[in-house]
Amino acid sequence: MPPIPGSGLAKGLAVTLRTMTRKTVTAQYPDVQPELPPRSRGVIALFEENCTVCMLCARECPDWCIYIDSHKETVPAAIPGGRERSRNVLDRFAIDFSLCMYCGICIEVCPFDALFWSPEFEYAETDILELTHERDKLREWMWTVPEPPALDPGAEEPKEIAAARKTAEKLEAQRAQEAQQAQQAQQNQREAEGEE
Amino acid sequence: MNDVLDVALRLVIVFAVFMVLPLVVGQTEHKVMAHMQGRLGPMYAGGFHGWAQLVADGVKFAQKEDIVPAGADRRIFQLAPAVALLPYLLVLVAIPIGPGEGAVGQVVDAGIFFVLAVMGVGVLGSLMAGWASANKFSLLGGLRTAAQLLAYELPMLLAAASVAMAAGTVSLPGILDAFEWWWLPWQIVGALVFFVAGLAELQRPPFDMPVADSEIIFGAYTEYTGLRFALFLLAEYAGIVVLCGLTTVLFLGGWHGPFGADGLGWVWTLLKTAVLAFVVIWLRVSYPRLREDQLQKLAWTTLIPLALAQIALTGIVKVAIS
Repeated sequence: MPPIPGSGLAKGLAVTLRTMTRKTVTAQYPDVQPELPPRSRGVIALFEENCTVCMLCARECPDWCIYIDSHKETVPAAIPGGRERSRNVLDRFAIDFSLCMYCGICIEVCPFDALFWSPEFEYAETDILELTHERDKLREWMWTVPEPPALDPGAEEPKEIAAARKTAEKLEAQRAQEAQQAQQAQQNQREAEGEE
Repeated sequence: MNDVLDVALRLVIVFAVFMVLPLVVGQTEHKVMAHMQGRLGPMYAGGFHGWAQLVADGVKFAQKEDIVPAGADRRIFQLAPAVALLPYLLVLVAIPIGPGEGAVGQVVDAGIFFVLAVMGVGVLGSLMAGWASANKFSLLGGLRTAAQLLAYELPMLLAAASVAMAAGTVSLPGILDAFEWWWLPWQIVGALVFFVAGLAELQRPPFDMPVADSEIIFGAYTEYTGLRFALFLLAEYAGIVVLCGLTTVLFLGGWHGPFGADGLGWVWTLLKTAVLAFVVIWLRVSYPRLREDQLQKLAWTTLIPLALAQIALTGIVKVAIS
């Protein structure tokens, strides 16, 4: 059956009218903050307490946009007669976000969980030089890092929790054994007293 | 003295309507168009949903430098926006919005003639702008305007003639006095022809070939800046108001409504005009621009035969009922 003449025109009008009754898709950004998906790549935050200055991030960075300065400190021996230990102290940690391409390799490569993705994205500057952000700013962004999404139900236990649980169980078992031994010792003593 | 006051008051009211309604239509277009495209449209100017956007635009236009190209025909170039805008003001004087002497700027006996003749002058503004700009794109735009005016003035006149025949008068209030509800289905073809031809004469999308920006920049208005450009834009929206008002008066029964006591006729007129203005915006959003040859073909092979058929129908019915 051939289409009714003018049905195409009516269809066009219907489409626009239907769109008018629907909710608009406009994001009113400065007034309303966008709802970012989890794992958004906004900015790289530094948890400097975890950083050991291993330099892996700076070395792996394809853009060479991470600047790290450090010095060594000696820590006095923990026990008398022990050996002094040396420790790396972070002096400067800066990321030049005018060079960064947000590949996230530094975050992947960090063995001590010192770098994180933060969804924070409002750090535009009027001068490109000001886009090099130092450790205090990077540490501040750490507060905006969301907690990791929950595991799937039935997923394998995270390694660190499994390790902690194992240690706790071991300690528990040890304590129980000691208590049992103490009880046994007490009983033996009482029996010995009774025989006298 | 009283007569002078009366005339002055009427003129002031008509002028106020002329300044306000086109802006209302323009703002409605901003918003309706945006929502039809899934957007919000202006949201900031004036605070509440950008109601003052067009006021802000006007301020911006007034601040801009008024440039006349070196090679342009200076006087004609500067006069063109006024020629485009003023006819719509004159037409507005003659459109009745309610019954009686009090609801029309000035009763003109040959109303239809006056209105259609003066509306035709408005298009001359674009033609003058096109010629005077000394710019090839402007000239092309002006010529397209002229071609469009020639093609669409005829069906518009024929459709209006059909109503005049039905009413037996060419006075606009006279036509409305004679109006009966069954004129609506009787004159529906004429109404469609009149409305479509009017849209084409206003160079509104989908008939905006004379200002097709992808081909000839902005047609006859290419060289204009500042306030003169704003006047051309205002003329377009004033044209929408006038066209919708005229269609309401000629074909939709003006102040007649299915209910509503006396004294509320002007509400019906404004309501019908507003609905038609919405349709104008709706058509703009929905349809792509017609090519120049399609434009001419629509006028000469579709609208004119339809208008002639409407006149024949009007004549037959008129003879049959008398």
